[in-house]
Formats: sequence, C-alpha cells, structure tokens
Amino acid sequence: MSEQKKQSEDELLEKVTSTEYKYGFTTDIESDTIPKGLSEDVVRIISAKKNEPEWMLEYRLKAYKFWLEMEEPDWANINYTKPNYQDVIYYSAPKQKPVLDSLDDLDPEMKKTFDKLGISIDEQKKLANVAVDIVMDSVSVANTFKDTLAEKGIIFCPISDAIQEHPELVKKYLGTVVPARDNFFSALNAAVFSDGSFCYIPKGIKCPMELSTYFRINEAGTGQFERTLLIADEGSQVSYLEGCTAPMRDENQLHAAVVELIAMDDADIKYSTVQNWYPGNAEGVGGVFNFVTKRGICHKNAKISWTQVETGSAVTWKYPSCILKGDNSIGEFFSVAVTNNKQQADTGTKMIHLGKNTKSTIIAKGISAGKSDGNYRGLVKISKGATNSRNFSQCDSLLMGDKCGSHTFPYIEVKNNSSKVEHEATTSKIGEDQIFYCNQRGIGTEAAIALIVNGYCKDVLNQLPMEFAVEAQKLLEISLEGSVG
Amino acid sequence: MLQIKDLKAGIEDNQILKGINLEVKAGEIHAIMGPNGSGKSTLSAVIAGNEDYEVEGGNITFNGKDLLELDPEERAHNGVFLSFQYPVEIPGISVSNFIKTSITEKRKAQGLEPIPTKDLLKMMREKMELLSIKQGYLSRNMNEGFSGGEKKRNEIFQMAMLEPKLAILDETDSGLDIDALRIVANGVNKLRSADNATVIITHYQRLLDYIAPDFVHVLYNGRIVKSGGAELAHELEEKGYDWVTKEEDKKWA
Repeated sequence: MSEQKKQSEDELLEKVTSTEYKYGFTTDIESDTIPKGLSEDVVRIISAKKNEPEWMLEYRLKAYKFWLEMEEPDWANINYTKPNYQDVIYYSAPKQKPVLDSLDDLDPEMKKTFDKLGISIDEQKKLANVAVDIVMDSVSVANTFKDTLAEKGIIFCPISDAIQEHPELVKKYLGTVVPARDNFFSALNAAVFSDGSFCYIPKGIKCPMELSTYFRINEAGTGQFERTLLIADEGSQVSYLEGCTAPMRDENQLHAAVVELIAMDDADIKYSTVQNWYPGNAEGVGGVFNFVTKRGICHKNAKISWTQVETGSAVTWKYPSCILKGDNSIGEFFSVAVTNNKQQADTGTKMIHLGKNTKSTIIAKGISAGKSDGNYRGLVKISKGATNSRNFSQCDSLLMGDKCGSHTFPYIEVKNNSSKVEHEATTSKIGEDQIFYCNQRGIGTEAAIALIVNGYCKDVLNQLPMEFAVEAQKLLEISLEGSVG
Repeated sequence: MLQIKDLKAGIEDNQILKGINLEVKAGEIHAIMGPNGSGKSTLSAVIAGNEDYEVEGGNITFNGKDLLELDPEERAHNGVFLSFQYPVEIPGISVSNFIKTSITEKRKAQGLEPIPTKDLLKMMREKMELLSIKQGYLSRNMNEGFSGGEKKRNEIFQMAMLEPKLAILDETDSGLDIDALRIVANGVNKLRSADNATVIITHYQRLLDYIAPDFVHVLYNGRIVKSGGAELAHELEEKGYDWVTKEEDKKWA
C-alpha cells in the first residue's frame, strides 16, 4: 500500500469518534398521509397521487394481485413477529413543495436534520462530485447536480419523475431483473412503491461523479418502499452510493425496497450501501424490518459490484445478487454485516453464472455481538453453459462475547466440469489478549474493538468510496458500542 | 518513579508473587532475572494491568500515583510501556495506523490535539532508522506474518514512538538472533535518558552484555532474593541460578 493511501487511511481513522446511536431524532414536518392498510383502492390512490399513466397503475394492480396470493417467506434464519400489513401506512409525503430550485429554500427543520446527520448539504455542495438526491420519506425534496449530469445525457431523478418524463425507459426495464412476482416483498414493493431513484447512463459515458442517495424514514408507522432502477448502457460506467439512517421508533417499521441494476455490454456498475436503520433498543423493541430485494444483470463483459455495510435494522433479509448472463461478465459482493443486542440478519448474495468465462467474488464479513444472530446465506450457481467460470467466496464471522450466534449457509451448484469454485470460511473471536495489547498501548477497550473490527473489515471497507468509508467506520464503531463489558 | 511494596499477586488461587519490593528511579536500568516460573512475567503483567492476574496485597506507586487504581490504558497514558514477550497480531491494521491511534489516544488523555500525520510519519522514519527497520514496514499489518525477531523489534519501535517514562522489556531478547539483539539493545541505549527508566526482564545474561544495568535482581519463587550491581548478572551466568535458589530453598524448607 502506498504511503499516500496509508496516510488517508490514517486520517479516516482519526475521524472515527464514539457516540451512541445518534440518528434517533424525528423531524417535525407536516405530512400528507393516507389511511392505514392495503387494498386495491390504496394502490389506486398512490398511483393517482403521483399522476401516473395507466400502464403504471396496471403494473401496480397486477403486482398487488400477485402479492395477495403469496406467502411471507419463512426460510430465513430469523424470528420476528410478522407485520400486520393492514396496519401500515403506505404513502406519506412531506406537504412542503417537493422540488427546490436552491438549497436555501429548504425547510429549516429539515436542514437541521441534515446537519445532525453530518451530511449538511452545504458541505456536500462544497465537496462537489457528489450529486445528492435526498429522499425524506417518500418524495424527493432536494435534487442537485441534475444539470451537470444532464449535459452528459445522464438521467438521475426520482423514479416518479422518470415515470412521467422517461416512460419508455421505465416501461422497458422496470421489473425485468426483479419481477413483481419474484417474492412476497418484491410484489408488495411493486404495488405500493412511492419513490426511489432512477438512473440512466448513456452509451459510452463515464459518470463524472459518484451518485448518492440518502434515504430516511421519517413518519411514525410509515413503511418505506423504495424502488431503484439503474441502467448503465453499453460501455458506460457509474458508481452509485446509497446510505440511510432512521429515527428511533417504538413500533417496528417496515421497509421493503427493490433495487434493479442493468449493466449492458461492457458496462460497469458499482453500487455501495451503508445501511443504518434504527436497530431497536437493547431489548430488541422497535427497529426497522428490512426486507430488500437487490439484483443486477450483467450482459457481455459487464461488471456489477455490490458493496454493503449493514449495521442497522432489527431484522435484515437481503441478498444483493448478480445474474451473469453475458459471456466474460463479472459479479462482486463485498459485505460487512454487524448485529448487536437482539438484531437478526440473514444476508448474503446470489451469483448466477449463465455466460461463459464468467467470474464472481464474494467477500462477506459478519460481526455478531450482544445476543444477536448473524447469518450468511449465499448461492453460487454455475449453469451448464457457463463453461470456464470461476467463483471465489470467503465468509468470515467474528463473534464478540458468548451470547451471540453466527451461521453460514453456502449453497453451491455447479453444472459443468470446466468451472472452478472456491469457498473459504473462518469464525473467530476478538481475543482478550488483543484488547489488552491495545490497552497497554493507551487504546481504551471501545476504541480497541473499533480498531480490531476495522482491521477485520478492511477488505470490504477498502471497496467503498472515501466519504462512505468514513461513515462506515463511524457506524461500525457506534453499532458495537457497549458490546463488551 | 516506581515503588513496589510487598506486592502479592496470582492467577485464580495460585499465588505467584509473594511479596515483591522494588524501587526504580528515573534514569536507572534494572534487570530482573530468574529461572523459569519465578514470576518475572507475572510481575510485568501486574504492572501493566493485565486483569488475568489478581492483586492480593501490597501496592505499586508510579510518580506518586496509585498504579493499581488505574486501567491499563491509563497506565499507558501515564508513561508505562510493556514490551510483550508474545506480541499480539492485529490483522488488517497497519503498524502506522496502530501507532497513530496509540499516540492519538495518549495525547487525547492528556488534552492534546493529534499530531499532524506529516510530522508523525517523519518521526516514524527517524525511529525506523534508529532500529534499522526497512521501508515498507509501516504498511504491514501489526505483527501479522512477522518473524519472532520482527515482532520484538516492532515492540521497541513502538516504545521509541511512545517515549514512555517506564519501559518494561519482558523477555525481549528471546527469539532474537545476535544481530537483532544488538540493534534492539542499541535502540534501548539511545532512548535512555535521565527522565526515563527501564526494567529488563530476562532469563539470560546475554542482553545485559549490550545494555548495562545499574541494578540486577534475582526473582525466585515470587520474591526478590538477591539484588546487586551489574556484576551480579555475570556471577549468575557463571554459577547458574542454583547458586541462589538452593540457598533460598533451604531458608523456606
């Protein structure tokens, strides 16, 4: 590693500070909500509120019908009280005028929220090179850098705008990677999603900035159903960042997002997530239920790389996946999943090799503390036609204390004999000797754990863009606070 | 600087230290020698604050402070440094990152701002030169894949960076070849000042050929049974520990 990189890494570390879950606050902004519960009428209301074209309403209604016939999955190694879907509010939008010309027009309350999050827009603007589409509840309230992107022909906007302004693209790609009937949660999302992001990178264009979206749940009892559709046309490149924090709540909040990535021939998509939804209190009360379907398709020579740092949510059910359809395409999955207190996570990836000479890499690092349970579940499937394909998987688990659990469920299916699959797994504990060694060097126990954990996650954190790496390190530290006593 | 009075300590029900008395003043180098199992490493662990050991009696004061009241990191902040007999691996954390964290935490405890990275790197380069450490070392992960000698040198490098008031070198000579031993000893000698003190814990006399101690103590069966000047180490080398231990065994028989 170069000294320069070294130095920046050291600076990163310097920024790591220790606080309790500090994103537990709510913003007092008037909201426009519809009554609780889900019915055909509710789907129609959502579609009407968004002035959607007929084809979109039909798509939603079809999805709603699929959903009615589906069962909530129970194969994951998680235990939770299934939400009462008739007790959820499916749409909520800040009453404030949704799109602002300038950040000065932002509601002062909302501005304060951003400041508390440490992502003040002023700072973001100065940082430049980061276009921010902030989703406060369900409607985008600030959208910057749109013009800069527009010059290159890049479309980056709320998906509701895309439905209005680029219906041909949405119609062509929506639901092609994650069909509505894929699973219970994707069907629910397709029926009721209220907002999310849409991104299209034209042929041969390298997106000049990291695209970033911050999601927040901000309305008591409101489920959030984000829908993200990202299309990288032939030979294009994009790096997309997604981060979220949520305020403290007593009741469980439902979150069922769908993300679809399409990498056309020779395209390259990097999708990074830092997830910090409210995990519930130490007794496991409250906290977000995070049921996410993320999937990308790679055409010829294309590459999709998923990086995720999952520290939040009471329950996480999430398997960002790659369908390696085109020959020579590449799929990557880098993950750090932290569970503490009574958090439960069942997360991993699926790499579906269809094309010849396809390659996939999986690096999954689980950290379990408190009484939590962390599970890695992954599928590597190499089809008959995917000759000369390769997979390398590494699944590590780090346990803190003796009341937590960690499980690894790797599924491997190989249908030809010219491919190669490697799987490595380790389970370790943070040693008392490591902590004492740090203590002796003047590093207190909490800071020592943060250091050791950062070292353990280094391979994944290194994949994150710089500004996210800082946030990720902070989150790791915050979420493991009090885990050793 | 360091006063140890009638220190009794052990692990679970097994008393290892049975009444240690020792005084170390600034500028002094003390060597604590003794056969295996005499309690040498226990003494260093108790001074550093390893909670695996239970202090059953006596006290330790360090520059007027009751050391036993302090957490291990607070002892470090106050200038106590232990060079570990078995340095621990911290995978994924580079030497420079670790040392930076260590120095930053120490300064934080003293109410000081972190040292700018540039200055810190400059200091690291100087100390690397002092210890004949090769380029590329700073970005290696803490003790991961280090040879025995590299680990020990890494300990002394940290000591050089942290500039402790009291350094305890626990069996630093074990696992070192003669060249490495010379380099480490040379480093310790150069770092010696009128304000700091060093306690060398060793089984063999050979490190003391390079670092001249002011005092030599023989630890046996949890007690310091003999103290003297540098000549005591040579005498021990010549006559073996039996010379001291037999006498001692008779006393307690």
